[in-house]
Amino acid sequence: MTACHAENNIPTVGADQAARGRAMHWIRVERYWEGEFPDVRLKFRPVMCQQCDAAPCEPVCPTYASHHTAEGLNAQVYNRCIGTRYCANACPYNVRFFDFFHPSWDKPLHLQLNPDVSLREVGVMEKCTFCVQRISGAKIQAKAEKRELKDGEIKPACVQSCPAKALVFGDLNDAESDVSRLSRSPRGSKLLEDVGTLPKVTYLERQTQV
Amino acid sequence: MSEPTALRISDDLLRPLLRTSWRFYVLVAFLGSIVLMGLGSWFYQMYRGFGITGINNPVYWAFYITNFVFWIGISHAGTLISAILRLANAGWRRPVTRCAEVITVFALMIGALFPIIHLGRPWLFFWLIPYPNHRGIWPNFRSPLVWDFFAITTYLVGSLLFLFLPMIPDFALVRDKSTGLRRKIYGALALGWRGTTKQWNRLETAMQIMAIAIIPVAVSVHTIVSFDFSMAPVPMWHSTVFGPYFVAGAIFSGIAGLIVAMATLRKFLHLEDYLHPVHFQNLGKLLLLMSLLWTYFVFAERLTIWYGNEPSEMAVFWVTQRGSFAPLFWTMVICNFVLPFPILAIKKLRTIGGCVVASSGVLVGMWLERFLIVVPSLGHKYLPYSWGVYSPRPVEIMITISTFAAMTLLYVLFAKFVPIISIWELKAGGHPSPALIPPATAEHALGEAYP
Repeated sequence: MTACHAENNIPTVGADQAARGRAMHWIRVERYWEGEFPDVRLKFRPVMCQQCDAAPCEPVCPTYASHHTAEGLNAQVYNRCIGTRYCANACPYNVRFFDFFHPSWDKPLHLQLNPDVSLREVGVMEKCTFCVQRISGAKIQAKAEKRELKDGEIKPACVQSCPAKALVFGDLNDAESDVSRLSRSPRGSKLLEDVGTLPKVTYLERQTQV
Repeated sequence: MSEPTALRISDDLLRPLLRTSWRFYVLVAFLGSIVLMGLGSWFYQMYRGFGITGINNPVYWAFYITNFVFWIGISHAGTLISAILRLANAGWRRPVTRCAEVITVFALMIGALFPIIHLGRPWLFFWLIPYPNHRGIWPNFRSPLVWDFFAITTYLVGSLLFLFLPMIPDFALVRDKSTGLRRKIYGALALGWRGTTKQWNRLETAMQIMAIAIIPVAVSVHTIVSFDFSMAPVPMWHSTVFGPYFVAGAIFSGIAGLIVAMATLRKFLHLEDYLHPVHFQNLGKLLLLMSLLWTYFVFAERLTIWYGNEPSEMAVFWVTQRGSFAPLFWTMVICNFVLPFPILAIKKLRTIGGCVVASSGVLVGMWLERFLIVVPSLGHKYLPYSWGVYSPRPVEIMITISTFAAMTLLYVLFAKFVPIISIWELKAGGHPSPALIPPATAEHALGEAYP
């Protein structure tokens, strides 16, 4: 979460605003307890934008601020957003965040903004982009070196910083990539699959020994 | 009660235009200051940022959208009811139509402001409008908000025409009775009306066309407003019943608004000879019908969800039925059904006062209904981890109050500058052999002292 904030220039809203439900975390770790006390187990589920193929946020936006790219990302064009907040209502995962005030950072965080990521104005929606700046950067680099992108070359901030290597990122269209292979795993499931949003993120269940 | 003659009709109904008491100025100043405070709150909200409202993640829509749906609902009073009564040739409609039609126009103007007030960047609202621009970007025609824009604009233009057409002969009457600047202004508004047979014929034809055209427009407007909700996969929004449910609710609250407005006019403009108890009784019957229809829709919606037992929907269902929103929910049921039903169903209670009590309850209940559609669903979407609560902030309350003041202010000003009861239609209703306008039914003929 911290890496995500640092990479994507996500404002820190402060304790008061966070208590009022305005905390902005493009990725959050949901905690779920399973079983009855004392036999409980804690489960973590990192939830970020699921980059749905049938994303409910896209058709409802009147200005195309929320739209689908050719690569299959749910892009959010901040400059085009007029702040109807309809996309956030339509999103079943609640992973879209609204800039209630002009963005600000607790000092000295304002000195470490990432120049590759645009700052958002008050009154627009923002959300996880799968670190689109890193994707573009790697593609440009590969093109300059006249080579194909390698699997695992692009790492969004969350993937890069996860010490347990619990997150994997890659090209789902490439059947050989790590992420394709893992997403086909029988342990895999999608979040809220029955809503019919065709999310791209696959969650792998813990392997239990019988 | 003496039967008003044509001369007395003109005198009585033009009196508010020609004479002004000090109370008028006090009222306008009072209402105007509330409206200004509302505008101030809105500018302050733009200046400080949307964060000064109570909106949060996940409850991204609340008071403003509630007000939007409520006011668009109120707007269904007028044009729709007056169009139906015109087409049904109900003689008793004659003094009712104009006060109804003008509610439509003003309520639409106020309602249409709310989608702009609620924008994060309201200064860019015109991006919703399809206009040729250097960016080559059109609005997203798949978005229900763009449909809203088209529906509301169509309805507003149609209602303005529908309101304006039958005002032309009355403007001509004011023109003929006044001098100086007033004569010039009303002369321009009368569009050269001379009262020839040809002009009367054209007016009647135009009114027929508008009355037929406005009904599908009115139904579509509130259906599209309901689509704002039912097109999103949100528990208890994503419902097929929403279109007719919203239209029924809109007409319901619209009639209630009309009854309250008529009773106020009757009292303060001394229109006892024109707005008879029979008008309130007839509108009361309509209100009773809509109350039953509304209750039926709520019952049908709730019962199917309860039987469906879908977990995400049941969360919203129980929070409104028994949880934190239950007091509001049951207040709504009392205001919309338990209170108005006996008042309107029992003939002895269906007096002017009774109708006003029932209507006031319905207005409160219908506002709550809109609130209960918007907020509980957003606060209880699929993942319990991101459930949220909402409570309004002063800026939202202030803007909400100021729109009610704005409605009253616009209505007061309108009644000041335009005869609020259609003079020529009243006269036509009383005329022994009106060649063009079908006579009023004998029972409800003008001036009859109906108990």
